[in-house]
Amino acid sequence: MDVFSDPLNREVYLTGFLWILKLTLAGGVGALVLGVLLAAMRVSPVPVLRAFGTAWVNIFRNTPLTLIIFFCYFGLFSTLGVSFSDDIDLNNFWLGVTGLSVYTAAFVCEAIRSGINTVPAGQAEAARAIGMTFRQTLTMIILPQAGRAVIAPLGSIIIALCKNATIVGTIGLMESSNAMKELINANGDAVVPIFLVFAGTFAIVLIPTGYAFGWLANRLAVKR
Amino acid sequence: MTTDAVLYDHPGPRAKARNRILTVAFGVLLLALLYWIYRKFDEKGQWAGALWEPFTESSTWTDYILPGLWHTLEAAAVGAVLSLVFGVIFAVGRLSDHWWIRWPAGAVVEFFRAVPLLLMMFFIFFGVPYLTEEPMSIFWAVVIGLTLYNGSVLAEAFRAGVRAVPAGQSEAAYAIGMRKGQVMGHILIPQAARAMLPVIVSQLVVLVKDTALGYIISYNELLQLGVNNVAANFGNVVQAAIVAAVIYIIVNSILTAFAGWLSRRTRRSGKAPRATGRGVVMGATDPGMGGGGGATTTL
Repeated sequence: MDVFSDPLNREVYLTGFLWILKLTLAGGVGALVLGVLLAAMRVSPVPVLRAFGTAWVNIFRNTPLTLIIFFCYFGLFSTLGVSFSDDIDLNNFWLGVTGLSVYTAAFVCEAIRSGINTVPAGQAEAARAIGMTFRQTLTMIILPQAGRAVIAPLGSIIIALCKNATIVGTIGLMESSNAMKELINANGDAVVPIFLVFAGTFAIVLIPTGYAFGWLANRLAVKR
Repeated sequence: MTTDAVLYDHPGPRAKARNRILTVAFGVLLLALLYWIYRKFDEKGQWAGALWEPFTESSTWTDYILPGLWHTLEAAAVGAVLSLVFGVIFAVGRLSDHWWIRWPAGAVVEFFRAVPLLLMMFFIFFGVPYLTEEPMSIFWAVVIGLTLYNGSVLAEAFRAGVRAVPAGQSEAAYAIGMRKGQVMGHILIPQAARAMLPVIVSQLVVLVKDTALGYIISYNELLQLGVNNVAANFGNVVQAAIVAAVIYIIVNSILTAFAGWLSRRTRRSGKAPRATGRGVVMGATDPGMGGGGGATTTL
């Protein structure tokens, strides 16, 4: 562990994971907002909205995230001149957040949609039969049940988003995987400890998070 | 459409009128967005024929795109076979009766599922050569990374599948005198594999998408050859990225459709065990997130 007694190396490690944290938070918010909107479109009675939602999901779910992030930098920024900030790191950060949000939103949309699908049609029919309005049916009957079914898939999406944030390193952000690469190249004699610290950080944070979401989903599951 | 049935009634005259207004409003918005993108491209001269022309020439395809696609599929195929082997071994390990097999197997699976695939590939490609003092082959760095991650995900899927086989199956097998290995090999795994087949195929989509990570360690796959190198020669990065994206989407849509077909077929033929109660997740045939993502929470 000699490598990490050097404050400079600790700095590299910390900034790396700080970027991952920021990317996960910003990307998560973007993906949730966009994903909910897309899900609303996909279940709406308007064909144009449905088609737009479906197209979005099919395009972004089947394209590698690496290609999307690559396009955000070389396409959006370099060629089309879309820029978020004059600071190189901040600009790359927001380009990365754009790519992560656009990609992850497709999965959020599908998770929410399948959550709505787990609610038996009889529930809504019963609600309408006792005279509830559309808004009442949605907010009092459907969403409370769908929301519980969505916890587990949303949990895995957030965990995946956190791991996918490393891909933003492709466009030069010094996030954890680039930080590890730098430390490995500078300290060839301590390759294994470096890897174990970086991978261990992810494992220590993400494995309990996964179990917590599983526990929560089980606890709140609608028993049918 | 079950969603429709849950959310709203058949539209009456008022709802129909409202839907029409929404259709027009959103249609106009969508056209405006498309026009804005068109203008943005136009401003930067991205519609210039010279930028699109390379894709009409056969040499672009034979020199860059097709070899790239071939390397992508090659890594995905080898990775898939190895992941399956890895998955079966560790699923059986996690189901073992002996704690000294079960715990290490569980630790390995949980660890590789939690570590980002890119971090793994960086370690294999940049770190392992320091240990072995030999250069690492890029192909194997990509394939080993893919295998460790996707194998772990598949191990969890297999385990869920085996646990979803009704208990009566293994009880009956033990009753007629089969040994543990026989019960697993002859009774449980064949049924679990059949039930999990769609999940396995949709994991292939993740594998194909994840090969693009190989670009970052400069493996000659579709993103490297078809986008990076084409753009370096013709200066058309936007166009090349669009063409590559379309190729990825086609390949993955075929795999997804295949997974959906398999899923419908196993359900119809009734050969799959009644595994829908737990373990088998809804929408299991949808492509996962990949990129070292898509951890499934096990029930």
